[in-house]
Amino acid sequence: MFEFLNAKFEDIFFKIKNKGKLSPKDLDDTLREIKLALLEADVNFQVVKEFLDNVKQKAIGENILESLTPLQQVVKIVNEEMTKILGQSSNVINFSQRIPTVIMLVGLQGTGKTTAAVKLANLIKSKYSKQVGLIAADIYRPAAILQLIDYSKKINCTVYHEDNNKDPVSIVYNGVDFFRKNSNDVVIIDTAGRLQIDEDMMNEVIAIKNMIKPHQIYLVVDSMMGQEAVNIAKEFNNKLEYDGIILTKLDSDSRGGAALSINYVIKKPIKFVSNGEKIEDFGFFYPDRMASRILGMGDVLSLIEKTEKIIDDKKAKELEERIYKSELNFEDFIDQLKSIKKIGSLDKIISMLPIMGKNKIFKDINVDDKQLDRLEAMINSMTIEERRNPNIINGSRKKRIAEGSGTNVSDVNRLLKQFESTRQLLKQFTGGFGKKGFNFPFLKF
Amino acid sequence: MFKLVKNLNYIWNKFRNYNEDFWDVLEEELILSNVSYETTKQLIQNVKDYSFNENVKDMQVIKEKLKSELINILNLDNSNLGKLNFGSDKPSVFLVVGVNGVGKTSSIAKLANMLKNNGKTVLISAADTFRSAAIEQIQYLGDKFKIEVVHHQKNSDPGAVVYDSLEKALAKKNDVVIIDTAGRMQTSSNLIDELKKIVRVIEKKLGRKPDEILLVIDANTGQNAKSQAEVFHDALGVTGIVLTKTDSTSKGGIVITIINDLKIPVKLITFGEKINDISYFNANDFVNALLG
Repeated sequence: MFEFLNAKFEDIFFKIKNKGKLSPKDLDDTLREIKLALLEADVNFQVVKEFLDNVKQKAIGENILESLTPLQQVVKIVNEEMTKILGQSSNVINFSQRIPTVIMLVGLQGTGKTTAAVKLANLIKSKYSKQVGLIAADIYRPAAILQLIDYSKKINCTVYHEDNNKDPVSIVYNGVDFFRKNSNDVVIIDTAGRLQIDEDMMNEVIAIKNMIKPHQIYLVVDSMMGQEAVNIAKEFNNKLEYDGIILTKLDSDSRGGAALSINYVIKKPIKFVSNGEKIEDFGFFYPDRMASRILGMGDVLSLIEKTEKIIDDKKAKELEERIYKSELNFEDFIDQLKSIKKIGSLDKIISMLPIMGKNKIFKDINVDDKQLDRLEAMINSMTIEERRNPNIINGSRKKRIAEGSGTNVSDVNRLLKQFESTRQLLKQFTGGFGKKGFNFPFLKF
Repeated sequence: MFKLVKNLNYIWNKFRNYNEDFWDVLEEELILSNVSYETTKQLIQNVKDYSFNENVKDMQVIKEKLKSELINILNLDNSNLGKLNFGSDKPSVFLVVGVNGVGKTSSIAKLANMLKNNGKTVLISAADTFRSAAIEQIQYLGDKFKIEVVHHQKNSDPGAVVYDSLEKALAKKNDVVIIDTAGRMQTSSNLIDELKKIVRVIEKKLGRKPDEILLVIDANTGQNAKSQAEVFHDALGVTGIVLTKTDSTSKGGIVITIINDLKIPVKLITFGEKINDISYFNANDFVNALLG
């Protein structure tokens, strides 16, 4: 997500990069381009207008036209306003004094409620060591209950369901009761998808709310949604007064407009984001990091945090240091390959890296995780000495490595070359903001 | 009949006489309806040029011009519109693709039922072997509406399911085979490879491509819908679009952008939870809903 905006902002900033001073016309042009970029990214029209007004006022207030470093000023203001629009970070879950804490998920059809329910259960389970139960309250969609049961098997959570009961309110009531008796800490209710304009269905979920009084209600929103997102969020809020948003499908190349609009208009925080097919692909939402990612400052923090979840603290620190110092050798490399696999697909990792180069480059790369297996095989066929000091790998060693890994010498050559480029690349990454047009050779197979 | 788009007549009530501001209001409304900025700009420029060159200031004439521009975009090649291509050989094969949660499986049940009511014998191939309970969902719908479903185990090879379905359809002389596929993000190259493989299986078995490759798009989707269409179209050559959930949004302007930019016709729309809530797409109705 946000690649689109990221690329646009990069172009916009690039145009004023070398200006010693901004003329009023430069400022107007810049603002107009920002407007178009935001609209094309599905940001709500109203939000765009206010955003621009605020940026403009600040720009005038801070005398940007007099500034000798206008780019930095513009970026700073846009970044601040963007963070403001994305809202406050609220990376805590409030558990109730008495168990169980009841969390209800609501939303339109197809936004990913069932998947989000299981992922949230997993997050609470692993991060807070709580026992979590799930209630299947979607009695309408064929096989929805089965989907929840099947998916939650992966995390060992009990799913409460009543297959012949056609009344979701009583199912939820019984479910909460069941989990209370079993001393579960948290209960997550997966409700049926409904349209905000479907009165019967809205009344049903209101009835559940009134009966159970959930501690938290989250609206699940598909990040690919367009201008309608705000209306839907508004309608649901009028009827249900939810506590926050779960934004799903961030792994699509969605342009992120919904994320940039809902919080601002509805004043409810985006609490969690879901960004992949794996159960771990779910976490708290960090507005400041998102803003930086949109503006191209990357999200090394998120990446490191994600890595930390997968590998232990010490290793994470080492990795962090090595990323910054670019002191990779093949031993780290294989360690990281393994961790990378645990983090998820390469696309996702790339999206977290700070990229001020042309994003189009990345579009053309076919990132294939299977290639990682081959790399791993080749590195596994190296001796420890070779891994630590790749420079000693000569012709006969190459041949041996190729045979040991079921590849051929040209593959090994490519690996060595790519490895060297990667080292160089990481140097560039850690060089930070402002690098243009570099390549990502490691991934060009 | 279309709730898909907000009626824009109010703009003409506001601007009974010509005024330059009209263009800005129109631009804003089109963008708000999720028509992309590029398409909006192009549309408005065409009408504006016409108004300027012919010195037309009559608001009704301007409206008619806008209507005809829109119909021009939406109608594409008339022969393809609002019609499914059944091909000359049986069974006709419709491959249905799309990202998660757009309503593929429901649309397939609706389409199968509609074709059945039109006297065709339909077989559904449950090639979404990825999502939990996807097979059960389509089986349930098949049982309910008496449509045969061919399926394997979860996580089995979708290509094999398709192969079996085609064998069965050939043996039973079915008219139509509709293939349900896994919904995954268009950014996942595995999915695209899986779909390509399904197409190869069909080509190998029948000696021809699927008669239709239908991309299902949620009408609520914003500009991302275009990117979805692009990726699937590049990889597979999409022949038509099924627009779902049109009852839930009044901002379905992305249709205009997709048709305009990618030249893929919208063939079907769905508009509710009932099995009969499906129909062929009609460009004139759409434009009338917008400007009628």
